[in-house]
Order: sequence, then C-alpha cells, then structure tokens
Amino acid sequence: MSIYKLTAASAAVMIAAAGPSLAQSRDNVQVAGSSTVLPYASIVAEAFGENFDYPTPVVESGGSSAGLSRFCEGVGENTIDIANASRPIGESEIETCAQNGVNEIIEVRIGYDGIVFASQIDGPEFTAFKPSDWYLAMASEIPQDGAMVSNPNASWADVNGDLPDVEIAAFIPGTRHGTREVFEEQVLLQGCEDIGAMQSMTEMGMSEDEAEEACMKVRADGAAVDIDGDYTETLARISSNPDGVGVFGLAFYENNTDSLKVATMGGVEPSVETISTGEYPVSRPLYFYIKKAHLGVIPGLKEYAQFFVSDDLAGEGGPLADYGLVPDPELASTQEAVANETVMGNGS
Amino acid sequence: MTDATQAGSMVPAKSIISVDDRTKKRHAAEKRFQAYGIAAIATGVFFLIFLLGSILFNGVTAFQQTFIQVPIYLNPMTLDPEGNRDPAEMAKVSTFGYAPILENSMASMIEAQGIETDVEPDGLDALFSSSAAAQLRNRVLSNPDLLGQTIDFNILATSRVDGYFKGRVSRESIARDRSIDAEHLDIVDALREEGSVVKRFNLAFITGSDASESRPEQAGMGVAMMGSLYMMLVVLGLSLPIGVFASIYLEEFAPKNRLTDIIEVNISNLAAVPSIVFGILGLAVFIQFMEFPQSAPLVGGLVLTLMTLPTIIIATRAALQSVPPSIRDAALGVGASKMQSVFHHVLPLAMPGILTGTIIGLAQALGETAPLLLIGMVGYVATNYPDGIASGFMDPNSAMPAQIYEWAKRADPAYYERAWGGIIILLVFLFAMNAIAILLRRKFERRW
Repeated sequence: MSIYKLTAASAAVMIAAAGPSLAQSRDNVQVAGSSTVLPYASIVAEAFGENFDYPTPVVESGGSSAGLSRFCEGVGENTIDIANASRPIGESEIETCAQNGVNEIIEVRIGYDGIVFASQIDGPEFTAFKPSDWYLAMASEIPQDGAMVSNPNASWADVNGDLPDVEIAAFIPGTRHGTREVFEEQVLLQGCEDIGAMQSMTEMGMSEDEAEEACMKVRADGAAVDIDGDYTETLARISSNPDGVGVFGLAFYENNTDSLKVATMGGVEPSVETISTGEYPVSRPLYFYIKKAHLGVIPGLKEYAQFFVSDDLAGEGGPLADYGLVPDPELASTQEAVANETVMGNGS
Repeated sequence: MTDATQAGSMVPAKSIISVDDRTKKRHAAEKRFQAYGIAAIATGVFFLIFLLGSILFNGVTAFQQTFIQVPIYLNPMTLDPEGNRDPAEMAKVSTFGYAPILENSMASMIEAQGIETDVEPDGLDALFSSSAAAQLRNRVLSNPDLLGQTIDFNILATSRVDGYFKGRVSRESIARDRSIDAEHLDIVDALREEGSVVKRFNLAFITGSDASESRPEQAGMGVAMMGSLYMMLVVLGLSLPIGVFASIYLEEFAPKNRLTDIIEVNISNLAAVPSIVFGILGLAVFIQFMEFPQSAPLVGGLVLTLMTLPTIIIATRAALQSVPPSIRDAALGVGASKMQSVFHHVLPLAMPGILTGTIIGLAQALGETAPLLLIGMVGYVATNYPDGIASGFMDPNSAMPAQIYEWAKRADPAYYERAWGGIIILLVFLFAMNAIAILLRRKFERRW
C-alpha cells in the first residue's frame, strides 16, 4: 500500500466530511434535557417521524439543568431548539438566555409526573410514609429542645412507630436532577412545616430563608445516598439492599412493578388517577421550552410541538398517559398557546 | 575408592543424587510459584468465561422476537374517507387511525379461532407493538390498492408478551402491571397453540433503528452501527496518515534533542489520558468553538482520532524500530536518499506492524463510550438511516457502545435484554477486528 494512496484516501474523507458541513442546513428538530421527559419526548418523536414527512427529531438526555444551559447558549442552527425540563425554568436561566440572545421562549407544560417511593419487592412494607417522616429521616440537623442537633434517627421506626424497624437507607436523586428540587420542596420542606420544626427553628432566631435551608439540608452520614445517574442506578442499589428505599418516577415504577414495591404517602398509593386528582401529594409538572426564533427556520419544529400536546398523544388514554404521564387538565389552553406561539413573560 | 567412601561417610550425606534441604526448598518455591501462576491464569479464565457466559445468557434472547400473524381487513371507509385512493389524502389518517383497525382485526381473529376472552377489542393493544400501526400505514400508503382487501400481516408482539415467551415475564410478575393482564396471557397462549404467535429470529434487531421507550420490541442496532462505521472512517482517514507521518519523522528524521524527548514522553502520556477528557476537549473545540453540529459522527470521529493517535504513533514507531538498521544502511549505501530509504524499504517492511497497531487502535475507539456522552450521541438519537455519505458524517447519530449504554438505562426491562444483545454485536465486531490484526501480523510480518 503506498503512502500516497493513503493520503489521497484520507484527504477524500476529510473533504467529504468537512465540505457539506459549511453549506448544509439542519432539517431535523433537536431536543435535549431532562431524563424524566426523555421517554415521553422519544415516544412523541417516533410517532412524529411516522406521521409527518419530517425526519425523526433527535432527543438527547442529560438532565434539566444541562438541557436548559444548552438551550440558553444562543440562537442558531448549532443550538438546540427545545429543552425538556422536569421543573420550571429559573430566573437566572432566563437571564442567561437573554444575555445570549434567546429572548423569546415558549413554555409548554405537557402534564404531570408522580414521584414515588419504592423498596425492594421482598423488602419490608413501607405503608405509612408521611412527608414529616422523610424530613425526620433525611434532615442533617433537627431542632430539639431549643437547639439544632445532628439527626439522631437511625431506623425508620425511630421517626414513626408504624414504619418497619430497619436502618434508614434512602437513595434520593442527586442535585443534578429536577426531581431533587421537588423532593426537597414537596417532601422535606412540607414535612418540616407539618411537624412544626420550621416554626421552632424560626423561634430559635433563624430567618425564614435559613430555616427553609435547614429543612432541606440532607444528612451526609451515609443514610441518604445521592444518585446522580438514572433511575436504573437507583433500582440497582435497591436490588442489592433489601432495606433501601428509593425515589423513582411513576413511569419508571410502572415498568418495573415486578421488582419494586411502592410505598404510600399519606396513605395514598401513587397512580395516574390519584395524582391527577391531587390525592397523592408528590407530583410535579413537566415542561418543554421552545426557542421562538427557531420557529419557521427549523422545519417541523412547530408541528412537533403541536403534535406533542395534541389530544392524540398527551390526552387521556394516549400513548403518553399509557406510559405514565398524568395528563394536564388544562391541555386545551396549552394547545392554544403553542398554536399562537405565546412567549413567556408577556402575561398574554 | 575406600578413601572416598570413608570420607563420604564422615561428612553428613551430601550426595548430588539425594536432594538436600535447601534444594528441596528451592524446588518447593518454584512449584509454589508455578501454582500461583496457574491460579492467576485460572482466575482470569474463570472471569472471562463468566463474563462471556453472562453476556451470551442475557443477550442471546434479544435476537429472537415474538410475532403475531393477523389477517387484517383494510376498511376503505376509515382509511380513505375521500375515496380517491390518493396517498397524499390518505396520509391524513394518522397512525392513531390505524390502531383501531388492528385491534378489531385481532378481536375477530381471536373469535374466529374460538378463543373465549373477556378482553374488549380496545384492550387488545396490550398484545401488539404500537409500531404495527405505522408499519400498516406505510404499507397502505405505498400501495393504496390494498384497500378493501384482507391481508396477512406480521406484527411485533409487545415487550411484555415477548418477555412472557422468553421467561422474563411471568403471571406472578405482572400481578401489579398496568399494561397487561393475565387474561392477555391466556389469549397469547391460545394463539400460540394455533400457530398465530411465533417466536423467531429477528433481523430487525441487527438492522433496525432505535425505538422509543414504549416499544423496546422494535429497537435495533443498525443505525448506531452506521454511526460507528462513519466514525471509524474518520478515525482511520485521519489518525493513520497523521500517526504514520508523525512517527516516521520522529523515528527517522528528527534530531535527538530535548524537544523531541519531551514530545516522545508526552505522546506516551497522552496514550494514558482518560478518554472522557477527550470528550470535554471535543465539546469545547469542535462544537463550541468550531461550531460543528451536535451528535454528528464527524465530531465523534474527530474526538476518537485524538484518542487513537497516541496508540497508533506508539505502534508505528515500534514497527519502524523493528526494521533492522542494515536495511537502511544498504539502501543508503547504494545511493538512495534518506527519504527513498524510508519510503521504499523501511515503511513497506513496517507496514504489517503499523496496520496491526491501527486496527487495535480502531477496535479500542469502536468500544469507547465516555467521550461520546459529552458530544450528544446518547439519547433517542439513532433513528434515521443516513441518506448519503455527507449525511452519514453530519446527521445526528449514535454509536454502538453509546446505544448500548442508552438501552441499559431505560425503564422497560426489555431494553436491558437488548443492551446485552447489543454487547454481543459489538463483541463480534471487536473479535473480527482483532482477528484481522492477528492474521495480518501472521501473514506479513518478517522476522530477522
């Protein structure tokens, strides 16, 4: 083999590769963000590719924050069109977006996701959880007799006599996940308020912000383990620890009912029905955000967004609900907002 | 003679035939050492067998899939409401319009076969994959004349039904499953006896594209394989010439001084850099600075090139060094220039070694996932086959190891099985590449 042939071949590869990159425009929708929204987005993308003449959109995962930060990198074909998020976009993120020229953002709420607590199928029964139990089990420090002491609870029975007497081993989402925020606010903070711990903290002279922070600060002595990966990692940890309790999305649990036993919260078992009625207390809305500047530039972007929130997909009995999404009762107004390209912050 | 025996009997026995204590000790030490070695090899072999065994055990089922054969009556009233058989008009009926047709056809088949069940027709979608509606729609749109006929259609069973026949799903394990009931399993058991439900080899797993989370039964490796192929083309096209030129210069022409020493040391260091570092570099340089598209195999290939280069340079230099100096001297002696001696004599003799090193480097790059995580090749990405060479390099795609990683983290346990199946496909490629490398070395390598 001559070196000249090799050089020629490699030059050809380089030209073939680099040449069109400068001229070619993007013809597919690109989406990134929350791994909780990814399953729904992939179901929509697949159906979109089947029913429309546009190529199937590309959906990447990586977490809500990573997705939104890529979304806010700027406008242009080189940036993503849609960010999926399992929490609303934050003030600081909107500012970053604006600094990079992403001024008009369309917020689309696709429905609700339940957050469930589950243990190994052969493990002990956790049927009496209340948010306050989680606060008492997870907090780094709790108020006791007018002073903050580091959390003395070692077993679930210590926090609530109705719970089994097994060591506290909780696998909770890491701070990278949007789920963590919901867990902190709807479970820890709620529990903290419910049993008056927050009040005793303010009585001890803490400001409200400090008290909230203390309520949501998770112990670091090994009883609470942050999981930065996906739910499959939590499942693996639960499978190897019979006493472990993990935090999952409802859809993930429903796909793994053969290996997970769900825990009730406030006496209610999570399901699409109990979450949509609000009986089951821990749920959060799921969103995606569209760059308005890309509408009309990237082919199929608006069609994809409209298809996502159409009754066929996101409505009751649709494939998203089958997979575990709790349909949004206000879907009609969301559909209208997408059709009118209503951007955030206009009050319209 | 007598003196000798007397002398021998006076000193304690020190014959060279009977073994003394120290020799015994040394022999024992050697035996022990050999035993350690055998134990080490046995451990290694045990783990290898365990690994391969578990891969095959878990993954081999992914190559089979359960299909349901259903006679479907294509009702022109619902599929072509305008009645003009114009595919553009008919395309307005979306896949959601086709789902009831499948359910009703399934219900009538069950009735025709005399199977009694309480499941309503609209509950039968738990049996067949939601991909079936799209398949049927494509078939009808490409051939509108089928309307009004009854066609035999092979559709994929859902991952639950498939798992039931593969032993992954049992009647106990679905007790709390919302998507399938024991009654559904009664139906498929009966259908199987009638021969309408069969499990057979699934070529689509090797050639197909990725599927969404709700239909693992449809997911395949094909598009990700194309992504890997295009990445490997980039790696080969760039790292081979760059690596070979760099090593020829360093080995044959460069002066031996501090600078070249530093370069040499750093090439070895580079070979030991964790691959994720190259991913971050690729994200910063190729995507953020040079504005190449996200998720493109071109970018993946560039990143993997950086990773493979040191391996190729080191292999090439070793191959060049193994060519004896006499060859160079002889060439120079008959009046060849330095360059002629290198290109006419040294390089051809070193080529088998270089190619072996390159193939091993490529195999390493083929199995690399970490850098691809950062440049957007993980997710629901590998969905469209590229339409040409350019789109192969530029359009978003995944790669085989990234696809396996993605499947392994999806919720449905059926994807777990596919991840193992994907590993088998990847291993076949790696074995093949290593076998080619060994063959090349055996066939062309010259020893002096």
